[in-house]
Formats: sequence, C-alpha cells, structure tokens
Amino acid sequence: MLRNVGSGLRSLFRNQQVDRELDEEVRAYLEIAVEEKMKHGMSREEALRAVRLEHGSLDVTKEIVGAARWEALVETLWQDLRFAVRTLRKTPVFTIVAILTLGLGIGANTAIFQLLDAVRLRNLPVLNPQQLAAVRIAGGNQGMGINQDYGDLTRPVWQEIRDHQQAFSGMFAWSVAQRYTGRGSEMRHFNGLWVSGNFFRELGVRPFRGRMLVPKDEGPCPNSYGVASYSYWLRELGGRDPAEGIHLIVNNDPVQIVGVTPPDFFGMVVGDSFDIALPFCQPPDGLRRDIFEVSVMGRLKPGWTLDRASAELAGLSPGVFEATVPPDRDTATTEMYKHFRLAAYPASRGVNQLSESDYTSLWLLLGITGLVLMLACANLANLLLVRGRTREREMALRQALGAARWRLIRQLLSEGALLAAAGAVLGIALASVLSRGLLLLFSTDNNLPQFDLSLDWRVLSFVGSVAMLTCIVFAVAPALRSSRAHPSDALKSGSRGTTADHETFSLQRLIIVTQVAISVTLLAGALLFVRSFRNLVTLNPGMRERGITVAFLGYWQSNLPRERWADFQRELLEEVQAVPGVQNAATTTRVPLDGGSWEHGIRVGSAEGTSKFTWVSPDYFATMSIPIVAGRGFTNDDRTSSQRVAVVNQTFVRRFLSGIDPVGQTLLTIAEPNYPATRYQIVGIIPDTRYSSLRDETPPIAFAPATQFPAQGPWSQVLIYSGLPAATVMSAVKHRLGAKHPDVVMEFHDFQKQIMDGLVMERVMATLSGFFGLLAAMLAAIGIYGVLSYIVVMRRNEIGIRMALGANRVSVLNLVFRQTALLLALGVAIGVVVALAAAQGAASLLFGLRANDPLTFVAASALLIVVALLACYLPARRAMQVDPMVALRYE
Amino acid sequence: MADKPSDLVQGTLDMLILKTLALEPMHGYGITVRLEQMSKGTFRINAGSLFVGLQRLQRAGLIKSEWKATENSRRAKYYTLTQQGRKRLDSETREWGKQVAAITRILEASS
Repeated sequence: MLRNVGSGLRSLFRNQQVDRELDEEVRAYLEIAVEEKMKHGMSREEALRAVRLEHGSLDVTKEIVGAARWEALVETLWQDLRFAVRTLRKTPVFTIVAILTLGLGIGANTAIFQLLDAVRLRNLPVLNPQQLAAVRIAGGNQGMGINQDYGDLTRPVWQEIRDHQQAFSGMFAWSVAQRYTGRGSEMRHFNGLWVSGNFFRELGVRPFRGRMLVPKDEGPCPNSYGVASYSYWLRELGGRDPAEGIHLIVNNDPVQIVGVTPPDFFGMVVGDSFDIALPFCQPPDGLRRDIFEVSVMGRLKPGWTLDRASAELAGLSPGVFEATVPPDRDTATTEMYKHFRLAAYPASRGVNQLSESDYTSLWLLLGITGLVLMLACANLANLLLVRGRTREREMALRQALGAARWRLIRQLLSEGALLAAAGAVLGIALASVLSRGLLLLFSTDNNLPQFDLSLDWRVLSFVGSVAMLTCIVFAVAPALRSSRAHPSDALKSGSRGTTADHETFSLQRLIIVTQVAISVTLLAGALLFVRSFRNLVTLNPGMRERGITVAFLGYWQSNLPRERWADFQRELLEEVQAVPGVQNAATTTRVPLDGGSWEHGIRVGSAEGTSKFTWVSPDYFATMSIPIVAGRGFTNDDRTSSQRVAVVNQTFVRRFLSGIDPVGQTLLTIAEPNYPATRYQIVGIIPDTRYSSLRDETPPIAFAPATQFPAQGPWSQVLIYSGLPAATVMSAVKHRLGAKHPDVVMEFHDFQKQIMDGLVMERVMATLSGFFGLLAAMLAAIGIYGVLSYIVVMRRNEIGIRMALGANRVSVLNLVFRQTALLLALGVAIGVVVALAAAQGAASLLFGLRANDPLTFVAASALLIVVALLACYLPARRAMQVDPMVALRYE
Repeated sequence: MADKPSDLVQGTLDMLILKTLALEPMHGYGITVRLEQMSKGTFRINAGSLFVGLQRLQRAGLIKSEWKATENSRRAKYYTLTQQGRKRLDSETREWGKQVAAITRILEASS
C-alpha cells in the first residue's frame, strides 16, 4: 500500500514525464496501426482516417488514460474512508469506546507534554532568544555570601564583566524579589524585577504602552521610575494610560510607572510572572560585594560560540574576582573566591523555578501516561482482533471476489487511522483542560504557576506522532491478521474452531503478557512514589508542626532608630504572647523547613567546619516542643551584655565534640560582614531536628539568644503555637497588633501547610502515579477479561466435548486458569524486571526507601495477580457452566 | 448485428490482456490486433480502454514494460507478464471456467 501511495505521489510530481511517455506510446500505437493498414493496401491518408475512426484522436485517448489514473487513486482512497465511516457507524459502541479511550490517552499525554514544552522546551518571547547566553561561576559560588533566588553573581562582579568583556554584543543583568507597594494597612506584595538600564533594549522588548526603562534610569537609590507587566497593569492599575501619570509607593518610596510591557513578556523566570520592573539603583553606602543577587546575560556576537565565550570569560575571571573580593573573610574563602571561573551557558529559555528532579518527575509522568496509552491501545487491538474474527467471513468473501489483500489491509487501516485521528482531535481538546488541571495540582496557596500552555508546532507534532504510533500499535497487527483469512476456509460456514486459530490466540496472548508487564511496572512505580510521599509526610522532624503559625512582622516604616529594633521586636513578641488563645510564641531568625539556610564557619578546639546558626528567643524550644537533653535552654538573663551562649544539636556534638562533655565547651565563629568573630559557650544540647527541608539529613546546628544577634534588622519572625485554627490565630494577632502599630507589615503562614507546599512535586507524583497505576491495573483487567471471554466462547465446543467425555467442572476451570497463570507469570516477571530498571532512574526522587524495595515489588505483583484472577473468574465460570448438550447441538 | 464488435463482459479485459501477454511480450497495438484475431473479430478494443487496463495491471505488479524496437524499427513499449501476473492468470482462468460452466448449466437448465 505504501509503495502504491509512493508511486501515486511520484506520478503527481513527475506528471509531465509520465504524460510525455504516454504521449510517445500512444503515438507509436497509432503509427503502427497506420503502417499495418498501409500494408493491406490503403494509402497513408486512408489508413490515418481509418485509424482515427477506430480509436479516436490521440488527445482523446490520452485524456481517458490520464483521467483513469487519477480517478483510480483518489477514488480508492475516498472509498476506503467512506467505507471505514460506514463500518464504524455500524458499531457505534465500539467506535465511541475506541475514540474515548484514545482521546483520553492522547489527551493525558499531550497535557503533560504541553507542560514540559512550556517549562523546558520553549524559547523566551523576546527577539532572537537563541543568541542569549548566561554568565555564571562554573560550579557555583560554594554557598558563600548571601544568595538570592536566581542570583548567580554580585553586582560589583556584573559591573566588572560588563566593562571588560569582548564576547557579547550587549549584556544585561536582572534580579527578582518580592517587595511591597503602598503604606501601612494598604501594603501589598508584588513580584519585583530589578534590571540593568539596557535590559529591555537588549532583549528587544517593545513597550505595550508608554516607554521601557533605559540606561539613564539607573541612578542613586531610591528608584523613581518603573515599568509594569501587562497583567499587573490590568489587574492592579486599572489599565490606565501611563501618560496620565501612574504613581505608586514602592518600598516606601514614590515611583512613577512609565510604561507597560507586552502581554507575552513575563520576565526571565519561566512559570513566574513579574509585576513591576525597576532599574538597579546605587545605594548611598555602596554596593555589597557578598550578595549574590543578579543573573547576568548577554547576546553573543555573531560567530561566537558558547565555548569561545567561556574561554574568553575564563581569561577575564582572575581580574574580575581580584577586583571584587568581599571584605572580612578568612583567607581560605578569599582564595577560593579569587579562583572562581566564569563561563557562558545557554539562556534562550530563560531560567526556571523547577529543579532537575522536577524535570525528571515530569519526564517520568510522560513515560507513565505513555505506558497507559499503550495499555489502552492493547485493549483496542484486542477489540479489533475480535471484530476481525467476526468479519472474517466478509473478508474472505471479498477476497474471493477478487479484492487484493493489500486493499483489505488498507481498508482496515483506514478504520484505524480514522479512529486515531478522531482520538487525536478529542485528545487536543481534552489536553487544554487537563493541562490546566495539572497546573492546579502543582499550585499552592501562594504560588500558582503561570505558563503559556498554548499549542505550538511541538505540541501538535507530538500529538500527530502519538496518534500515528497508536494507530500502528492497535490497528496494524489486527489488520494483517484479519486479511490473512483464507477464502475457502472461512467460507465454510460455521467453522467454530476447537483449538484452531492458534495465530489469533497467540497474538492475544502476547497482548495479555504485554499488558500485565506494563501494569506491574506502573503499579510498582506508583507504590514507590506513594510510599515515598508517605514517608515524607509521616517523617518526624523532631519538632512540633501542627498548630504553629509563622508571622513575619516588618517595622521599617515605623521610623525607629536602629538601637530600638531589638527592643521593639521583644515588645511585639510580648504583644503576640498576650493574644488570647496563643499558648506560646518565640522569635527566630530562621524558620525551619522553609528551604532557607544560614551558616557560619566555626572552630571548636582544633576542629574546623561549618554550622547552621539561628538566633531565637527563650521560648523557642518550648514553642516548637524541642526538649533540652543536657544543660539548659535560653532565659531572659541571656542579654546583649552577658556572656555569649549557644545551644547545639547532637549532630554538632558528634561532628565537633565527640567523646567530650559538650556543655561548657566553646565555639568560635569566623568573621563575616556584620557578624564579627564571636566566642560562644555551649550551655545546652537538643536532639536532632530537620533544618531546611524534610529530605536533607540534619546538619550541625547552633542556636543563640535573639538578644545577642549581631545583625538585627527592622523585622522579626515569630513562631506562634496555639490550639486554635490557624486562621483564627492569624486574625486575632493581626487585629491586636494592627490596632496598636498600624505601620507594622504583617504576613502569616501556617507552618504545617508551608511544609506540605514544599512537597508539591512529591504529592503530584504520588497522586498521578497512583491514579495511573490503578488505571493500568483496571485496563489490564479489562484486557484479560476480554481475551479470556473470547477464548472461552471460541472453545465452547471443545469444552462441551471434554465435558461430554467426562471432564468435571474443576478440570474445565483448570483449563481456563492454566491459560491465564502462565501468561500472568510471564507478564509479572517481565514487568518486575522493567520496573526495577525504570526505578533506578527515579531513585533520586524517592525518600526513605530504596528503588529496589522488595516489599513494593512483591505488593505490586500480588495486587496485579489478584486483579487478573478476578478478571478471569467470570469467563472461567461461564466455561464451567457450559452445557455439553447445548454446546454440541449448536453446531 | 453480427459484424458489429460486442462489448466485453465487465472486468474481463484485464484477464484477456494477461492471456495475450502469456504467449510473448507485446506492444499495445499488437495486443489489440491479437485480441481481435483470437476472438475472430468479436472484441475490438479501444486504445483508451487498453491503456487504462495496461496501467492498472502495471500498478498491480502483474505486468512490466520496457521500450524496444519493433520489427519495422520503430520504438514501442513492450509489455511482459510478471511471475505474479502469470499466477493471477492461472487462478482467474480457473475461476472463469467454473463460473462459465455454472452459468451455462443454469442457462441450459432454464431453457
């Protein structure tokens, strides 16, 4: 059939040559005819006339032949399609089931692919994104200094690079952070994008309204001009024309919005839209050299590759880092800093909030839905095979009447193609709904990922190839099989095979084995993810999670002198503690399990290393229900003026003080800006608690009294413990503090919820893989049920004869179960092997169990075996109930 | 009526062309003449239908063609039966025989 289509297409393109050949042939034909006539004595004139009378003119002949050639091709294709539509309409249930199955399968795959496409494969909506490259430190900055999200370099480093580089035709830098607009109770969050002055020009982003920021907008702090994103402009600024003057209070300073970016520009972070873009400003006391806050990008000059740019940047690096050494570091850190090397990385797709393991999860999900689609296809192939059996007579008849075999195959394939095409159309429609649902699954209270989920050529070609593949999987084998019917055999009426038709059966057995194998794989995967998620959720972090509310209190608008900050923090804490229903409350510089981290280099005796540091108020350990296992906690006697004291965890003791009584020992921190070298006396020990995330092993942690915190800012984080619902606590605290201190910015989170939000990807994987695992088991059960029922019906005579000859019901039951058991065993074995291999790839995503966890694999196999046996119970019972007389008489 | 050529029974042209070519490779006109001779003038094939038939058979892989010189050293396309074509001719001949026998029996019985 393909060859035929090929020659048809070839003849379409080579039409002229074909015509010329035909022309020559027909002319030769007529010439020969004339010659023949002349041989019989006619004159040339007479012969020509006679020939023309007999055969018509040259042109007419060619016309007939040409028309027949094209009609044949178009006609048969059209016939196939029309016939396919007719046949499918004759069996509406089959058709609807098939289209729905395919539609759902293709839809689910497309939805996940769309998400992958949006986060990973799509270029930024800017001018020539493929020219963009990012400049980063090869291997990262080893955690030194203060690190902001997407911050690769410090601003002094950015300026050095900008002034000395050769590889880029233009460079720009940006950073993101959440800040506030408005004052007092009017205050609201916004997603800020800070940019170098040439950011919009280099990216080629044209204003939707007004103007974009330009280099001269970069100046001394505070900023005075900003640009709004399209969505923020519509949502918060009422879509007013910037020319009329839009004035906001941003971070306590007046800012004029001078322009609006186009609707498709969301900034540089895929999945996260910015609200207001502001230019970099020069703080009065100079730029900090230890805040890694900016991401630096540029457009490569024509002819420059990433490698060449990296080489150039590497040459530049010693000078750049020599000129920007952060102050007050120990020699080792300074030396490490001076040896950093810059390199260029592709940046056409912007940066992404998803981690590598999130991508792995998404690809795995795509694999899982792909396998589910395969299962669905296997079931359809099954149905088609059965249909093929019932249509064998029709096929045989048509073959006897002269239809070529490829013509029958082509017609069966047209039915498959038609189903696949309908499924694909339905799939695309479903995908747009499903992908939005998927986004909702990923969203948390304060983060709804925003992706452009429109269809692009990548998604469409994905759908196309998936549909084609499914068509091949479910339609080709049955088509080949059905068209093989031998006319004479099939025409013999009522041939109800005994154990004949080995071929059909063996194909169906193959399908069962495949289905079982795939289902076991999916079930095992699902169990792994569900159990891993459960391990995370039920993990005891060593502290209280339930009933804790995290409050962020900011008082930078209260115009307090710096010396009052610490006292004001204490006053606020006392206010919070006095709120009815609040059982306990404490301040902390680091909220545990929120992903953040703060550490210092330390020396304990002769040992050196790093430890996390948190400054807390005396009630912290009681609030978080962390016991003191030795020594004491903090009290109000630990003052700014008194001896510096610390409480450390057991990991700290094991790492630095093993074999010594830790209480009474001292630890020395290494100096950093704002954190002078300090000697702490260890006064207490706490058990290990999780630090920044549930997944990570506990690091050495040291706690110190809040009163002794050297870098107090005009803000405070308070952990509140209460038996009341979080919302009640929040509104009570907000009410009480708001009445007394209207200038204080307040934000609240539920601690437990925040921890759960950190497990979004794990939750999604557990939910979806669990869902698809069960779906897979169900599909396999349907498949097994279908095949066995069919086999039982086909073998009814045989069973009848066996029973007539004395076989009892048990042996009949055995007959059916033996069939299944072998297939099941084979499928499970293959499935376990495949699942073991696949799980290795997902090992990094798992928590608290190994990828080859035996219990999981046993459970998955057992579950599937139970489901499969249930599925074959009904057909087996039907076989048992065969009445030998009826079965035999039926002939 | 007797001297007017009759129409072919539908679908038999292909079989007749195959039969003609079973003897030796031939060009288009040769096939027409041979068919006319063999049917003693009963069948006269129009050039248009002939070429449509030839193309159909060639597409189905039952015959193949090549350009050769005729006895009068004129260039013409010669058609040859393929292995597949030969098989098809056999099966169609057998089938035809059965059908004709059956039809004849029916016609004789009813007369």
